[in-house]
Amino acid sequence: MKSRKKPARKAARPAPRKRIARAAAKRAARAVAARSGAYADFMVQAYAMENDARDRYTEFADQMEVHNNTEVAQLFRKLARIEGLHADKIMKEMGWRKPPPAAEAWMWRQSEAPESVPSGELHYLMQPYHALELALQSEQRAASFFSGITRSTAPADVKRIAREMAAEERDHVRLIQDWLKKVEKPRAGWDVDLDPPTYSE
Amino acid sequence: MTHPGKERSSVSVALAGSGGAGVMTAGNMLLEAAAQAGYYGLMTRSSGPQIRGGEAAAMLRISTVPCDSVDDRYQVLAAVDWGNVARFAAELPLEAAGLVVGDPAQGEPPEVFLKSGARYAPVTLKAIAKKIPGGWPNMVALGLLGGLIGLPAAALRAAVEKSMKKGGDALAASLAAVRAGAEEAAKLDVGYPLAPAPARSSRWLVTGNQAAGYGAIRGGVRFVAAYPITPATELLEWMAPALERVGGTLVQAEDELASINMILGASYGGVPSLTATSGPGLSLMIEALGLGVAAEIPIVVVDVMRTGPSTGIATKTEQADLNIAMYGLHGDAPHLVLAPNSVADCLLTTQWAAHLAESLQVPAIVLSDQFFGQARAVVERPADISFAGARQRAEPNVADYKRYALTPSGVSPMAIPGTAGITYTADGLEHGERGTPSSSAADHLAQMEKRARKLDSIDYGEHWAQIEGEGELAVITWGSCTGAVREAFDRAKGDGVSGRLLSLRLMSPPQPEKLRRALKGVKRALVVEQSFSGQFMRYLRAEYDLPCELTSFRKPGPLPVRPDDIHRKILEWSRA
Amino acid sequence: MNAPAPAASLKPQQFKSDVKPVWCPGCGDYTVLSSITKSLAALELRPENVAVVSGIGCSSRIPAYTTCYGFHGVHGRALAAATGLKVARPDLTVIAAGGDGDGYSIGGNHFLHACRRNVDLTYIVMDNRVYGMTKGQPSPTTEPDWDSKLSPHGTGLREFHPLVIALASGANFIARATSSDPNGTADLITQAVRHPGFSFIEVLSPCVTFRPEQRSWKDMVHPAPVDPTDDPARAARRLMTDDGFNIGVLFAGHRKPYQPVKSTSPKSVAELEAEFVL
Repeated sequence: MKSRKKPARKAARPAPRKRIARAAAKRAARAVAARSGAYADFMVQAYAMENDARDRYTEFADQMEVHNNTEVAQLFRKLARIEGLHADKIMKEMGWRKPPPAAEAWMWRQSEAPESVPSGELHYLMQPYHALELALQSEQRAASFFSGITRSTAPADVKRIAREMAAEERDHVRLIQDWLKKVEKPRAGWDVDLDPPTYSE
Repeated sequence: MTHPGKERSSVSVALAGSGGAGVMTAGNMLLEAAAQAGYYGLMTRSSGPQIRGGEAAAMLRISTVPCDSVDDRYQVLAAVDWGNVARFAAELPLEAAGLVVGDPAQGEPPEVFLKSGARYAPVTLKAIAKKIPGGWPNMVALGLLGGLIGLPAAALRAAVEKSMKKGGDALAASLAAVRAGAEEAAKLDVGYPLAPAPARSSRWLVTGNQAAGYGAIRGGVRFVAAYPITPATELLEWMAPALERVGGTLVQAEDELASINMILGASYGGVPSLTATSGPGLSLMIEALGLGVAAEIPIVVVDVMRTGPSTGIATKTEQADLNIAMYGLHGDAPHLVLAPNSVADCLLTTQWAAHLAESLQVPAIVLSDQFFGQARAVVERPADISFAGARQRAEPNVADYKRYALTPSGVSPMAIPGTAGITYTADGLEHGERGTPSSSAADHLAQMEKRARKLDSIDYGEHWAQIEGEGELAVITWGSCTGAVREAFDRAKGDGVSGRLLSLRLMSPPQPEKLRRALKGVKRALVVEQSFSGQFMRYLRAEYDLPCELTSFRKPGPLPVRPDDIHRKILEWSRA
Repeated sequence: MNAPAPAASLKPQQFKSDVKPVWCPGCGDYTVLSSITKSLAALELRPENVAVVSGIGCSSRIPAYTTCYGFHGVHGRALAAATGLKVARPDLTVIAAGGDGDGYSIGGNHFLHACRRNVDLTYIVMDNRVYGMTKGQPSPTTEPDWDSKLSPHGTGLREFHPLVIALASGANFIARATSSDPNGTADLITQAVRHPGFSFIEVLSPCVTFRPEQRSWKDMVHPAPVDPTDDPARAARRLMTDDGFNIGVLFAGHRKPYQPVKSTSPKSVAELEAEFVL
């Protein structure tokens, strides 16, 4: 797979040329399989997940900006970009020129797409650690979801791509766990605001 | 038929009685008869608080010229019975040469009516009616009144036939009763004959409430939300079928808070809208009127003023909602206030108000009153007037559309829902040009200036006031006092006193330049109004630099202002 | 707003304006906004043909956050304005929105009569059982023992049951949604808009600032255990024993919507004069 514009990871990887060749082969296989209905349907759903997560993080970034929490706003924008890259990648691999129409029904059982952080979890004083915790939970849910597909009765090509995606989500999980180690843990009283709420109308 | 008594250009008669007597029906027929005979007229009513069976009085003035006021005194008071009729005494001042007709079987007339010096003529109305199978005493009284004032029998017949379309025995009985009444009148050695009717012109028989409703429709109104309140209910009830006929809609609301907000919603949707109410309802509507000003949504609210404060006297008139109409909105919320000056003028003023509201995208309050609203009058057919201009609507897909753009005139084109590419949110919150809520000082000032400037962006022309006559003395008035003032001046001419009548139709925005010109050469002005505290005087002093000495004639409701009150005041002041 | 997309249906994002909401992060109203936009897209409506009408309160801020025509009126009067708009412009899709204070307290009378009048519009109430904008007073749906500055020791008053009131007053479609289920809520809104007559949706939408304990709502909500009914008596029995957390369509009736018939062959204005002419 193509590398992302991100801070370097430490995992051991095959030599560049081999990696590129392998990626090209996979793309070709996928292009053929893309014509298969179940595969295409699955990719529509995977795209929707990534896209929804991108939109959700973008919205969160906006909320944080309006509430003057610049640090977390920037963090959410970064997360949005990451999800966006994944979504764009799916589009490119599938050869879609524009985003596909939404599926009739979602593969995931709950209302929210697995990779999206529920809106109710935010707090205007939240710290980067909180945001990353939420992102971590999302990536874990996404990884579980894709793993679930691999154990299901889906066609082989779907299971194969699900396996790849599960692996990628697990990479994200590790990424975020590392990230979490680097950010400051919130202290007690992080949500104390000495000013009372204000009226606006 | 010949009667003793000089012919007169105006006669005032009243018919009274209590429950079931059919006083109002007979009164309406008498007015109809006068109309059929070619006269002008004005009928007002009074009743006790009961819903049915209460005492009632139908009070008519019939004249050879249009009358916009009641006269000073009544020539005839006829009563079918005297049950609680004494309560109307203050409204029924009789002239010394007047006549009280009553049925001796119903007892003696109350002392108060005879105090004036008027004669009492007993007529056995009930017994006469009983002789006619299916005959009613009120029909006998109708015939008697018609005879006393010299109305042609044919006119009376026509009026009865028109009212009793079902015909048959009931009609025949009524016609016979009317004839019997006329015969009784001939037996009396007194009469108050009218001078011959003028040459026929186009005339209407209409109430002020109906005229206002029709004016609204002529002005483009096609949506009304209605909550009933005395004395505005008839306006809304007239509009219900009328609107439907011209493709409009009327919805009954659960309260005035709903009706005012409904018309704001409908007008936001692009449909010119109106509601009608009285003082207590206007009080409830004040908050939403402010929303109309702030969000720049045109609406018309007709306030048919009644005696206040609070619940007051619902069936009587007063001119004391000027304060709330002008100044009742919280914040600085410039808007239109207009006032008709006659029953017929209710049409023009309401039509004009609708036109102005739409053109300037602002609420307009029309201050009518109970006297106009519920008076039934024979008037000259109002002229067909059309006002040019309408609501400015924004074009679809305008780039960077700004609903509240700071245009030179202050009027900014309005996006009507359904129009693509220019959606916006109308807001009572202060906002910037795009309509986005804003608490910035610059935006607030700019929008305040816009909303004020747009009211001054047009020339209101000659309709702003009714101006008649010349002289160093002026009477400044408004609304239902206008007719009485006009008559007072007519009489004063006979005393060698002439003056200028100024009746304001446009109260807000004030027109100081026009008033200054109208008062050129005037040294003294009498301000006439029906308000205990002098709301109109206060308004004049606040909004205008008056170049002349001012004095006030004011009285509260419920009794109408009469020409004589003002005539005497004019003479007194002109000689001082 | 720029020129809209051509005939192809729009995405939910195109129903969201670029005005950034000022709601507290964590507020349930964010998902309601998202659900509304999803629903409007699913209904294949165009923003210019939809009007969002509101009163005053946090949730009443919603019109400007959409690209539809909006009307941000005065406190408690959204349903009146929405009624006037829909009756005058039946071609528009009209959505009234607001909170529990705006809708059930000052707006209570209009709520009753809107249900009764049954004009074809949809009313979405974002219920957080508190007056948020004015800093935390009890609302009609607040529990009787909830302590606050304005009502220390709680109001002591039984809560208002909006769904029961709506049913008794004649609402044609009654549903409860939860902001913790955005797609479910979007689906309910879609059904509500499609259902003729007055459609009422109560959305449980926690207030993160004044009622942080409401975060537990997402664990208390559950799908309604029975199918929606069109029998008011059955619905009444269910609603009277409702635990406040049943999610779904609870009642879908068949009352004919109120829409005054406009004359198809209107008379001219001048013809009205005949009544007065002598």
